Amino acid sequence: MAALRLLLSRSSLSSSSVALLSRGKNSYLGRGIWKYSTTAAIEEPIKPPVSVDHTQLLINGKFVDAASGKTFPTLDPRTGEVIAHVAEGDAEDVNLAVSAARKAFDEGPWPRLTAYERSRIMFRFADLVEKHNDEIAALETWDNGKPYEQSAKIEVPMFARLFRYYAGWADKIHGLTVPADGPYHVQTLHEPIGVAGQIIPWNFPLLMYAWKVGPALACGNTVVLKTAEQTPLSALFVSKLFHEAGLPAGVLNVVSGYGPTAGSALASHMDVDKVAFTGSTETGKIVLELAAKSNLKVVTLELGGKSPFIVCEDADVDKAVELAHFALFFNQGQCCCAGSRTFVHERVYDEFVEKAKARAVQRVVGDPFKNGIEQGPQVDSDQFEKILKYIRAGVDCGATLETGGERLGTKGYYIKPTVFSNVKDDMLIAKEEIFGPVQTILKYKDLDDVIRRANASQYGLAAGVFTQNIDTANTLTRALRVGTVWVNCFDTFDAAIPFGGYKMSGQGREKGVYSLKNYLQVKAVVTPLTNPAWL
Amino acid sequence: MAAAWRISSLISRSLSVPPAFLSLGRNSSLRRGVHRFSTAALIEEPITPPVQINHTKLLINGQFVDSASGKTFPTLDPRTGDVIAHVAEGDAEDINRAVSAARKAFDEGPWPRMTAYERSRILLRFADLVEKHSDELAALEAWNCGKPYEQAAKSELPLFVRLFHYYAGWADKIHGLTVPADGPYDVQTLHEPIGVAGQIIPWNFPLVMFAWKVGPALACGNTIVLKTAEQTPLTALYVAKLFHEAGLPPGVLNIVSGFGPTAGAALASHMDVDKLAFTGSTETGKIVLELAAKSNLKPVTLELGGKSPFIICEDADIDKAVELAHFALFFNQGQCCCAGSRTFVHERIHDEFLEKSKARAMRRTVGDPFKKGIEQGPQIDTEQFEKVLRYIRSGIESKATLECGGGRLGSKGFYIKPTVFSNVQDDMLIAKDEIFGPVQSILKFNDLGDVIRRANATRYGLAAGVFTSNVDTANTLSRALKVGTVWVNCFDVFDAAIPFGGYKMSGIGREKGIYSLHNYLQVKAVVTPLKSPAWL
Repeated sequence: MAALRLLLSRSSLSSSSVALLSRGKNSYLGRGIWKYSTTAAIEEPIKPPVSVDHTQLLINGKFVDAASGKTFPTLDPRTGEVIAHVAEGDAEDVNLAVSAARKAFDEGPWPRLTAYERSRIMFRFADLVEKHNDEIAALETWDNGKPYEQSAKIEVPMFARLFRYYAGWADKIHGLTVPADGPYHVQTLHEPIGVAGQIIPWNFPLLMYAWKVGPALACGNTVVLKTAEQTPLSALFVSKLFHEAGLPAGVLNVVSGYGPTAGSALASHMDVDKVAFTGSTETGKIVLELAAKSNLKVVTLELGGKSPFIVCEDADVDKAVELAHFALFFNQGQCCCAGSRTFVHERVYDEFVEKAKARAVQRVVGDPFKNGIEQGPQVDSDQFEKILKYIRAGVDCGATLETGGERLGTKGYYIKPTVFSNVKDDMLIAKEEIFGPVQTILKYKDLDDVIRRANASQYGLAAGVFTQNIDTANTLTRALRVGTVWVNCFDTFDAAIPFGGYKMSGQGREKGVYSLKNYLQVKAVVTPLTNPAWL
Repeated sequence: MAAAWRISSLISRSLSVPPAFLSLGRNSSLRRGVHRFSTAALIEEPITPPVQINHTKLLINGQFVDSASGKTFPTLDPRTGDVIAHVAEGDAEDINRAVSAARKAFDEGPWPRMTAYERSRILLRFADLVEKHSDELAALEAWNCGKPYEQAAKSELPLFVRLFHYYAGWADKIHGLTVPADGPYDVQTLHEPIGVAGQIIPWNFPLVMFAWKVGPALACGNTIVLKTAEQTPLTALYVAKLFHEAGLPPGVLNIVSGFGPTAGAALASHMDVDKLAFTGSTETGKIVLELAAKSNLKPVTLELGGKSPFIICEDADIDKAVELAHFALFFNQGQCCCAGSRTFVHERIHDEFLEKSKARAMRRTVGDPFKKGIEQGPQIDTEQFEKVLRYIRSGIESKATLECGGGRLGSKGFYIKPTVFSNVQDDMLIAKDEIFGPVQSILKFNDLGDVIRRANATRYGLAAGVFTSNVDTANTLSRALKVGTVWVNCFDVFDAAIPFGGYKMSGIGREKGIYSLHNYLQVKAVVTPLKSPAWL
């Protein structure tokens, strides 16, 4: 995911989509920001300009402790130190939340408000979020480790934009009247499903909240949202604002907690009518199994990827380098759609590798609260260790380590921007999702070769295609078995563009008109006609 | 599931008393040796079906072939339990072969690379061929399934043809969108075929379920491996042969006869199958979805069980309501997933309704499905037959009042007397479980709030019937019932354009209508920057 677009998209060059993050790099460097090759992160971390006010569960419109009274620490990825202790929801809290959501749906006002009234509440919520933009951005960065500028200038504005988008949908959900083969009046009602369980990941906590909660509420459902245990804070903050905007109690319940306890309780709950999950393919399979074993709730999955970024021989190499760099390194490489297999045509391969390496060496890594920082720490120790393991695997299997390859500094979860060349399709680093700042560059000969190899993956989330030739662009666009093809751009995430996976990258589409379907049931209503004027 | 009597829109032109077709000529038939259920029937020899069985092998890559194991299984005549034919028994290895043929036809073959118009022409030619062979196919369907020949010939075959005409018309009308962007980008969506679709169909409407599954999959450019029910493998092989005569390239549609735990499970877990559609019981549907989850996360469409309420309000025309409720339950020997199997009657008209329903059930003509005027044939097989009888015993034991029927008819085959229970309470098994047989359960209610709550108090949510002349009552019930289809003053109207599918544990997704296309399409977003755009 990612969100770059919002601010930059008015300038027209595609490579400018990286502009925000790379802008002013050199000048910042002079003010004590390290390039990764220096020993960084020795300074004291900057104190985030926000206080943590909400750490309890939000159930039925009230902040409450977990039924068990337990809490878990949420950590600062810059240091590994505790930010706050957060109420730890498990099965019992999920039960309470589901029963609040059930009541709000079955008896409460939400599905019985007019669509216009629902949309007004969502618009007011977007306005409130905008008002608190900087605090929310600070919280997101603190909990997640992503650059503050990225949170403040891209992700929080994108969050507000998504809620305005879905607010606009609320009163535009139409059923159909259907032609019959005889004297019948047939219509379809597009009804809310009921209680939606939603499980979101830690890499874009707010945006994933918007992708999930936006369409569910626009369609008149009620929600139990489980946040990732790494990043519980921003969801609690904005949900508070949502209630200030007029959301009735019980319509949106937020449970912080872990997958095997709270997450699986939600996925197996007999009173939850729908579950939407974003996370790893491995966990997605479990979520779907739990839904299958319980009440066959409908499931939307947005899972892992190993997205090809294909640089054709006619590409402008400098632009392609910049875009491929962005496609992989954005958000510390923690994007399910990261362009993590950079396929470069053999004629431009050497030049590309050299420039990609130079670009990675220039990448500015450091405290995400500093201005001009492009890359912060990885989210936690697990991810950090996993990435370093993959880097060792890359070295061990004979890929060429061009730059990076280790941690940066001695504290927190910073990893040096890493580039591998001479990567072969059967190496682990070319097959598995690394979810970190590790670019793997592969060489290809011709279109058929790259199509075959790009598609030889269990994943099918996205692809980047870099070419000036319209035939090449069209051929690749149709042949790649992925849910999104970005041609000469990457990570363009407008609200109206559907996103989702082919193959084991997921089921269903989020964003755009397609996302509404995830939260609607179709009911056919058939009535005989007496003396119809037309059929 | 399905049901189809509508294309007997032969009939539907005449008003809303659908069962007309099925009951037509009843009395006269009775004089011609058709038994009412109360007589000791079925002593006569079964009528020889006017059709030959030419295809019993698997159809893989355009060829009829034996199963890899060489095994066969018998398919039985529900009128007698005798063997009709021995059919090649596909299992995992045959599924592998079929998937690999379908894979090749999709990845390299002409099917997704034809124009949509060419695909639609083949579907249209197929529909024409089926129409030409309609009587033979109807005979085969009635023989294998036990359903009245007239129903197969006059309703289901025409509906099958109509469904393929419908989907042929969709093939060249599948549009992607151009999407408004927030900046200088051209955004479009491509609606692409998913790839290889695995499809598992049941035995109650073998041909109609074939059309619901195969129609949209092929219209959207996918290739298919279809597993038929082990009870009813014959008609799918016959029509698939015709499909190839109509110009379908080899490998596009592969048919594997076989059993669920072997062939079905292999299909659901196959790593090279991109999509699975299943119609059958909720229990099996859960397994299918689990297998998809454990293998490659193929998207799954499920059309499962039901316990659909049929609600008769106090302002209803009782005679019409009786006829419609009777039809809603007894159609197709009660073997419909959307059968109106909980007949809720308002207390003010309950007694009259009950008396007339009982009388109607006792008039129901049961017998050899090849006889004219027969309304009800045998149940599909011994397992279903025993299960239905078990539920009848359970109804009696739980103190529901057995008004009529309640036992087998004759001594041969799987005939069951049309059975009506009154004084049924919500917590009785017969009011909760899917019986899938000719057993009507009549329940009493006092007001709308009461019946809405009770109608929704089930894990199922497939369909509902509502009988009222009041528009407010109709609208209130239509919105409040948590079901995929509400039939107001009608039932089992199954036009091609009307979506069908379940809320809750009755299924996932919709078949038929525009909604069904979505099951067989992937959405791909394509984003390209614009230079100097004239508009955004």
